[in-house]
Amino acid sequence: MLRELALHILDIAENSLNADATLIKIEVIEDTTADQLVICVTDNGRGMDAKAVERATDPFFTTRTTRRVGLGLPFLKQATELCKGDLEIDSRPGDGTTITATFQHSHINRMPLGDLPNTILTLVVGNPQADFVYRHVFNERIFEFDTRPIKAELGDVPLSEPGVIEYLRREIADSLAQIYGI
Amino acid sequence: MSVKSLEDLKKIKEEALRKREIRNATARAHVTVAMGTCGIAAGARDTMKAVLDAIEKDHIDGVLVTQTGCIGLCEFEPIVDVQVGDAPKATYGKVSPERARAIVAEHVVGGKPIKEWMITR
Repeated sequence: MLRELALHILDIAENSLNADATLIKIEVIEDTTADQLVICVTDNGRGMDAKAVERATDPFFTTRTTRRVGLGLPFLKQATELCKGDLEIDSRPGDGTTITATFQHSHINRMPLGDLPNTILTLVVGNPQADFVYRHVFNERIFEFDTRPIKAELGDVPLSEPGVIEYLRREIADSLAQIYGI
Repeated sequence: MSVKSLEDLKKIKEEALRKREIRNATARAHVTVAMGTCGIAAGARDTMKAVLDAIEKDHIDGVLVTQTGCIGLCEFEPIVDVQVGDAPKATYGKVSPERARAIVAEHVVGGKPIKEWMITR
């Protein structure tokens, strides 16, 4: 069981990477007026057919050969349903996948967003083969982080160099602090 | 992203390239953190954070850090692989943030694997 929505985001992105995605867009939209929280992960990976989409939230189905259960999406679906929300999977073979999880923002059962900065940092540094766009909206405030201009500037300097890690960590943390008005 | 921020990045890049020239080599070590659902549930993100923090704070350059999916040893998660130079790859199990820091210091930097934390198959 994952105890932070940030860990679910990490888990969904891991699915995208396993589907050979090269671009993963992560959106977190917090609207406290409408009392809604939407998490949307879109990838350009290989996608799934209708049958696989249907089975994606079945805990006893997995395409993995290393073990026989797949618990990530079933747990997230359950988490949304406990918060008057739902989980939608939109996917077609060759056309990528979009996972949208919706929650009532103020619901007592809604798990915390958790450590988003370190989740994004882990994904970005750990997967140099893919690009990431992270967009976080909190009411009217918007923060967007895109790895593409960063990688274009860095060239072949790895993302795990000490100065680069520091740079990425600061960029993400400072901007997120700004949208929450801290 | 602001222009100032990209200028900062340019300086960081130049510094990294300069250090690489001094070191006269490509990556000296490769650290891989398993990040399947099992790894994530066992705390792999915090393990990854400890590795990245150690690299940042101790200015350890030339280490490639990447992540991978479930490798079928879920009961040993978080799992971390370390490959230093031409030495055989070591697979560590139950890598807490504390263990991760020790592995970076002793194995990645010091070149001495920590045998008691390795998974033997």
